[in-house]
Amino acid sequence: MDILYKIFVEPFLFMVEAPDLLIQTLWEGLVSGVLYALIALGFVLIFKASGVFNFAQGIMVVFSALILVGLYEKGVPAFLALLLAIGAMLVLAVAVERVVLRPLVNQPDIILFMATFGLTYFLIGLGELIFGGNPKEMITSALFLPQGTTELEMFGGLVRFQHLDIAAAVIASIMIGVLAVFFSKTRIGRALRAVADSHKAALSVGISLNQIWVIVWFAAGIVALVAGIMWGARSGVSFSLQIIALKALPVLILGGFTSIPGAIIGGLIIGVGEKLGEFYWGPLVGGGIETWLAYVIALLFLLYRPQGLFGEKIIERI
Amino acid sequence: MRAPDNPVAAKQDVLLAVDNVSLGFGGVKALSDVSFDIRKGEIRAIIGPNGAGKTSMLNCINGFYYPTEGQITFKGVKRPKMRPYLAARGGIARTFQNVALFKSMSTLDNIMAGRSLKMHANFFWQLFRHGPAMKEEAAHRRVVEDIIDFLEIQHIRKTPVGRLPYGLQKRVELGRALAMEPELLLLDEPMAGMNLEEKEDMSRFIFEVNQQFGTTIALIEHDMGVVMDLSDRVVVLEYGRKIADGTPDEVKRDQRVIDAYLGVAH
Repeated sequence: MDILYKIFVEPFLFMVEAPDLLIQTLWEGLVSGVLYALIALGFVLIFKASGVFNFAQGIMVVFSALILVGLYEKGVPAFLALLLAIGAMLVLAVAVERVVLRPLVNQPDIILFMATFGLTYFLIGLGELIFGGNPKEMITSALFLPQGTTELEMFGGLVRFQHLDIAAAVIASIMIGVLAVFFSKTRIGRALRAVADSHKAALSVGISLNQIWVIVWFAAGIVALVAGIMWGARSGVSFSLQIIALKALPVLILGGFTSIPGAIIGGLIIGVGEKLGEFYWGPLVGGGIETWLAYVIALLFLLYRPQGLFGEKIIERI
Repeated sequence: MRAPDNPVAAKQDVLLAVDNVSLGFGGVKALSDVSFDIRKGEIRAIIGPNGAGKTSMLNCINGFYYPTEGQITFKGVKRPKMRPYLAARGGIARTFQNVALFKSMSTLDNIMAGRSLKMHANFFWQLFRHGPAMKEEAAHRRVVEDIIDFLEIQHIRKTPVGRLPYGLQKRVELGRALAMEPELLLLDEPMAGMNLEEKEDMSRFIFEVNQQFGTTIALIEHDMGVVMDLSDRVVVLEYGRKIADGTPDEVKRDQRVIDAYLGVAH
C-alpha cells in the first residue's frame, strides 16, 4: 500500500503544496519540448516528401552547428558564419539529392533508410576532419542570443526563467509556425504533400521531384541548424549531441510521422512528461528516468494509436 | 469531319508526331518502329490487345520513358530527352490506368495540385496569404470550381479521395488533368472497371472537353463501342507494332485488326 501511496498520491500532493516548483518543472519541460519538436520537425519534413526516415537528421544538427562555430573560431564574423552555415546546408541538400536520392529513386524505403545511415557516418567523418572532434562552445553572445535569468516571484517561491530558454521557445515557435503555413497554404507546400502521396501523379502534373527533394532537405537543414544553435547553447556543440535526435523518435511515434502539429504536440508532451516524471517520480527509483521515460510513453502510445496522435489514418480500399 | 484529306493541311495541324519510335527493356521490345501523329483538336484512340504496348506508348509521349530509337515531335519541336514534369510544362496532361491520386488530399486539393504549374505568385506572399497571392489563389480556385461543376463532383469536394469509389476517383483524376489546361490530354483506359452508367458519364465528359475547350485527346480504351463512337482516328498496335491507322470505320474493316482481335482461322 505504501508504494501505491508514493506513486499515486504523494507526487500530486507535492505539486499542490509547492506550485512554484511545479511551474518551474513545467516551464523546463515546455522548453525542451519545443526543442524536441523542432528536431522532430526535421524528420517530418523529409518523411512527408520522400517517405524516408532520415537517420542523418541528428548529425545534421551537429554538423550545421559545427560549421557555424568552427568558422567563427577561424575568424569569420558570426553572422557571415551563420550565412555560410545556411549555404552549407543548401549544398548538402543538393548533394544528397544528386548523389543519394536520385540514383536510388524507386528503391524500397529500407534501402533509402540505410543510405541515410551512410550519410550519418560520412558527415561524422567530414565534421571531425574539418573541425576536429573536441566539443566546442556555442557562440551565444556573438549571435546576440540573450543570456541571464529572470526570477519571478509566484506562489510563494521564485521561478527562474533563463533568457536563452525564452529565446529558444520563441524562435522555435516562429519557425514551426512558418513551416506549418508553408506546408498547408503555399503552392510548394501543396506540391510537397502531393509528392508525399504519389510520385507518379506528382510528376504528371508537372512537379519536379528533384526540386522538391532539394527544398525539403534544405528546409530540414535549416531546422537542424536552428536546433543545433539552441541545443548547442545549452549543452555545447559535440558529436554526442546527435543522441538527442533519437529523442525525436518517441516524439514522432506520439505525433505521427507525417504531421507537423503532431510533432509539436508530441514534442511538448514528451518534454513535459520527462521533466515531471524525473522530478516527481524519479526519486522513487533513484532518479535518472528522464533518459528512458520518453520511450516508455511512446511504447504505450503505439499500443493504442499506431498512426500517432495526428498521423494520417491509413486508408486503403480493398 | 476534322481530319482533312489534304495531306499538306494535315501536316500543319499535327500537334504531336511519333516517328519510328522503338522502346526496349533489356531484351524485351515493347515498341518497334511505331509512327503516327495526333492532330490538333482530334480525339485519337490507341487500341490493341493486352500487352500491345499502348501504355508504353503513352509513357513515351509523357516522358516517363524515353524511346530507345526514333523521336517524338511536339508542337513542331523535336523533343530532347524528356522528363515527365517537362512534358507537363509543355502542355501534356495524363491520367493513369490504375488511378494515381494524392489519396490523403481532398478532391479540391487534388485538382488544385493540377494548377501548380499555373501559379506564379511570390512565395512569401503565399506564406502570408496576402496581396497578389490571395488574388491568384482565388482565380485558380474559380477555375477549379468550374471543373468540379463540369465533372459533377461538387458533393465530394472535401472528401479525401482515398475514400471515394473507383469510378469517382477516375473522375477526380480527369479533373486534375483538366486543371492543367493541357493542349494534349492523354487518357489511359478512362473507363476501365466502370459500369454502363459511369461509362456513359465519362464518355460525355471526354466528348465535351474535346468540343468545348478544343482539347486534343489521345486515349487508350478497350471498350470498342466507346472507341468507335468517340474517336476521330484510331491507331491499332499489336506486339509493339502498328498494324492499322485510320478512321474508326476503316480500322473496323481492316483484316489485320480483325485477326488481331478475333484470332486467325487455322
